[in-house]
Amino acid sequence: MGCIACAALVLDGAGVTLKRKESSPIPVEADAICPDRFVGRGQTEIAELPAYYGRRKVTLGDLFEVEGAGADNVTVSGDLKAVKKIGLGMSMGRLTVRGDVGPHLGAYMTGGEIVVEGAAGDWAGAHMSGGRIVVRGDAGHFVGGAYSGEPRGMRGGTIVVGGNAGREVGARLRRGLIVVLGDTGEFTGAGMLAGSVFVGGRLGGRPGAGMKRGTIVAFGEAPELLPTFRYACSYRPVFLQCYLRSLEASGLIESPGLPDGELRRYVGDMNSGGRGEVLVRDQSQ
Amino acid sequence: MHINGVEIEDTFAEAFGMWGARLIVTGDDLDWARIAAEAATGFATSIIGCGCEAGTNDLAPGERTLDGRPGVAALVFATSRKNMEAVLLQRVGQAVMTCATSACYNGLVADEKVRIGGKLRYFGDGFQRSKLLDGRRLWRVPVMDGEFVVEESFGVVRAVGGGNFFMMARSLAAALAAARAAVAAMRAVPGAVMPFPGGVVRSGSKISSRYKGQQVSSNTPYCPTLRGQEDSALREGENAVLEIVIDGLTEAAVAEAMRVGIAAACLPGVTRISAGNYGGSLGQFHFALRELVNQ
Repeated sequence: MGCIACAALVLDGAGVTLKRKESSPIPVEADAICPDRFVGRGQTEIAELPAYYGRRKVTLGDLFEVEGAGADNVTVSGDLKAVKKIGLGMSMGRLTVRGDVGPHLGAYMTGGEIVVEGAAGDWAGAHMSGGRIVVRGDAGHFVGGAYSGEPRGMRGGTIVVGGNAGREVGARLRRGLIVVLGDTGEFTGAGMLAGSVFVGGRLGGRPGAGMKRGTIVAFGEAPELLPTFRYACSYRPVFLQCYLRSLEASGLIESPGLPDGELRRYVGDMNSGGRGEVLVRDQSQ
Repeated sequence: MHINGVEIEDTFAEAFGMWGARLIVTGDDLDWARIAAEAATGFATSIIGCGCEAGTNDLAPGERTLDGRPGVAALVFATSRKNMEAVLLQRVGQAVMTCATSACYNGLVADEKVRIGGKLRYFGDGFQRSKLLDGRRLWRVPVMDGEFVVEESFGVVRAVGGGNFFMMARSLAAALAAARAAVAAMRAVPGAVMPFPGGVVRSGSKISSRYKGQQVSSNTPYCPTLRGQEDSALREGENAVLEIVIDGLTEAAVAEAMRVGIAAACLPGVTRISAGNYGGSLGQFHFALRELVNQ
């Protein structure tokens, strides 16, 4: 697995740009920043869309300098670390975030593409069911995860994180693909129901705890698995080559093939039916 | 009209509508991919006796397989969509899945699909797993060398079967040389296959017989050994005839294969190029030889 190659969109200035007017640690809820909500709206109407600055109801225009119109190409820049829910429920178009962004990016997303040129906060792509999120930097906890009380997290689409990610990546994942090119925190793929999580760096402890089905692949260093996982065999899975070829064709990874050597297949979690799998690069070869 | 002294008869080949599918068969190396594809397309010379017609094709220039491994295209033609599903289930199940290291993917973008992997998966006895990748569902069926990966559905399109031309020659050696040259040239045409052994058929047929219950019989007017006993279509000095039958995913593919094949077959010792038809009343596709070679 290589790094993200040219995944960021090069924008030519067309579309809508929103630039944060000031830096502030006060949380901003900006689910209105979404191509779907810009459809058919001019610059003034976009600036009048609602947002929350702390508890106070404001407009996007109060917080951002808004320029342009249209829904296909949205660019957000400035201090966005405390800005939440950008791209919430997005279904179409392209959204580029220049810099770091707050939590819940692209939650409930169903289509389109979000590219973050910096880092993303917690819950990126939570409950997403389609489209693609590319985070060039690090991502927080619960990437593609499920909100508390929800039985299923991400249900489709692709998330690619160029850096490291926090705990519980792909927790309760139902369908879709999460690729973390760096390291992940503990409980990667915990409670997975299906889908795939690929980790290019070091896989965090207790991966796949409680997983029913699905695939976790560790291309880098992997911890000792829970005792409820059983070793099956060492092999070169063909389906994985399909994934890597697809990611390469999308420009999301550089290396097309599997690393040399085989992967050790562990099946589990036996506490949850044992139909999931963790594939770990065989370090002995 | 003559090419290199070989007469191109003013006639046409009559071809029929069929259904076509294109499988991409991959393996750990090209040998295994080819073995699997050739097994899957074996005993598929004529729709009459084999249930389908099939052959292998190299991948199109620049085409890459889904898993990045070496691959070969297998083209299969059947009379109906329903028959296609039955035929592909048998051939992918018995010839591709059984071949070491193989995988099988759909190679045709089409609105109509037949479920193949979606049925073969039951061989996994409950341990089969699926992956949805870019909208394509892949089944991972556990087998003794690892996993057999097969796509859920395969596209099928209305295709063309039965394009043909005959090479009349002074000797069998000349006919064989012409046939070999033609088939070599035609194999470079994507989307067309020559389903008979080596791409060539010697037992051309006519749709009549003197025996009850026998629908087709040897194309006696073209059998040199019967000259003098039967009405012969052969001229003085013509001692061997070979036929090439072409099936294609499109009319254009069949036409192109015929065009390059006829051009390549015009070698010394060949007297005439002709084609088989039924007067134009049965098949909806007509390929006029002289129009093809003039393109």
